[in-house]
Amino acid sequence: MYDPTVARLTYRALLGRRRALILGALPLLLIVIAVAVRGLAGADDQTAADVLGGLALATMVPIIGVIAGTGAIGPEIDDGSVVYLLSKPIKRPTIIFTKLIVAIAVTMVFSAVPTLVAGLILNGNGQQIAVAYTVAALVASIAYAALFLLLGTVSRHAVVFGLVYALVWEALFGSLVEGARTLSVQQWALAVAQKVSGGDMVTSDVGLPTATVLLAAVTVLATWYAGQKLRSLTLAGEE
Amino acid sequence: MTTLALDHVSRWFGNVVAVNDITMTIGPGVTGLLGPNGAGKSTLINMMGGFLAPSTGTVTLDGRQVWRNESIYQHIGIVPEREAMYDFLTGREFVVANAELHGLGAKAAQRALATVEMEYAQDRKIQTYSKGMRQRVKMASALVHDPSLLLLDEPFNGMDPRQRMQLMDLLRRMGDEGRTVLFSSHILEEVEQLARHIEVVVAGRHAASGDFRRIRRLMTDRPHRYLVRSSDDRALAAALIADPSTSGIEVDLTEGVLRVQAVDFGRFTALLPRVARDHGIRLLTVSPSDESLESVFSYLVAA
Repeated sequence: MYDPTVARLTYRALLGRRRALILGALPLLLIVIAVAVRGLAGADDQTAADVLGGLALATMVPIIGVIAGTGAIGPEIDDGSVVYLLSKPIKRPTIIFTKLIVAIAVTMVFSAVPTLVAGLILNGNGQQIAVAYTVAALVASIAYAALFLLLGTVSRHAVVFGLVYALVWEALFGSLVEGARTLSVQQWALAVAQKVSGGDMVTSDVGLPTATVLLAAVTVLATWYAGQKLRSLTLAGEE
Repeated sequence: MTTLALDHVSRWFGNVVAVNDITMTIGPGVTGLLGPNGAGKSTLINMMGGFLAPSTGTVTLDGRQVWRNESIYQHIGIVPEREAMYDFLTGREFVVANAELHGLGAKAAQRALATVEMEYAQDRKIQTYSKGMRQRVKMASALVHDPSLLLLDEPFNGMDPRQRMQLMDLLRRMGDEGRTVLFSSHILEEVEQLARHIEVVVAGRHAASGDFRRIRRLMTDRPHRYLVRSSDDRALAAALIADPSTSGIEVDLTEGVLRVQAVDFGRFTALLPRVARDHGIRLLTVSPSDESLESVFSYLVAA
């Protein structure tokens, strides 16, 4: 199911110079903000939860997810170099699964790790807030990576669609319309985080059982479907 | 012995028919797929390589379906036309990765790099390669698993003459070894230098098939049209029409030119300067007026 060569190629493409800069810039920004907030306002649990919830989980994690998820396959399909993977006796779902693992790992490293660091800076993990949001970021990384990998497989405009989903649906729509939150990776991740923190600083609109089922379903379905799409991927000719 | 068979294959994109009911069999040796740009060559090669589903018909390799059959790639090597190929890797890393994807190791990669004579630059990044070097590394990646069928889409595009010769030698060798080699090109000279067998595709249809000499004859025997300007058009026209190599002449007074239709290409080209000299006529312009590939090919379709 996992092909180390596909993984190596994907890592090197994802962590190439330009993409790595974008991937690194957001976490850096989060940590700079955390340092500034801590310096200006001091340690405060509510502030920590606001920064981690509003900035890290609602904005940074999905954007990193978009970059890593779509970037794990989109550019290869775009420029046609995916032909070197497809013209091999390797099951197409294996290619997708491997790329998913890479996308998840990259998303986790660039979103969950800085979330933890920022949380520790903000209030030293008071009320388990840093750990709770880190867990949320880890959980969200899996679903986002799967979702955006599928998007990268089916659409040439994956990054745009991904950002629209992440910023408009999750951030804006979700805060205005109650129902939209039920269908939000962010809320599902928060449900898991709520369980971890145990307090009332981290809350979700979705119950834990629903969230778990939806997270698993989205991840599995998106991955399966991406594998199917890759099986019948058509490479457009030059003419 | 590997045989690639297309059976009544068509492919359309929306309302556009790119490939129209083509049936052909490609056997061992080098076969050239010849046709003007936009004739459907790439579409055909994509279907042969399993990257595009035929709308109707079947593509099989020794009786096994190509579309949606990953295991077929144990036997197929593909050299795509597009340039993109993990430019951030070195040539060696790229070929080794291709070998690994076939379940092979660095040894197979090294052998393939030696075959295409790219060892000298194997540790440079692909993005620093010239077009010809890229083509050779692509070739190495396609040869790494010793495939019995090799598909190459416009492999000579953008290569300089020396690189072209090298690649031709290599492909000829592959064909002599009993591999089935198919390459596409829109240049007749390229194809006839290399391919024993030629398949011609025009406007999505299978226009001709066979030995290169036969195709060549079909192409040169067609009526040729020339546009001629001379010091005495009318006298020249009278002298030319007396010879059977010329089937018709129009004296175009408004343009001041002769439009000549020749049926015997070889004989006419020898006749024209001789007639002009014998009659003391100066030739000012002699230009073929339908030498475009498209007109050559469309003649073939009608033939």
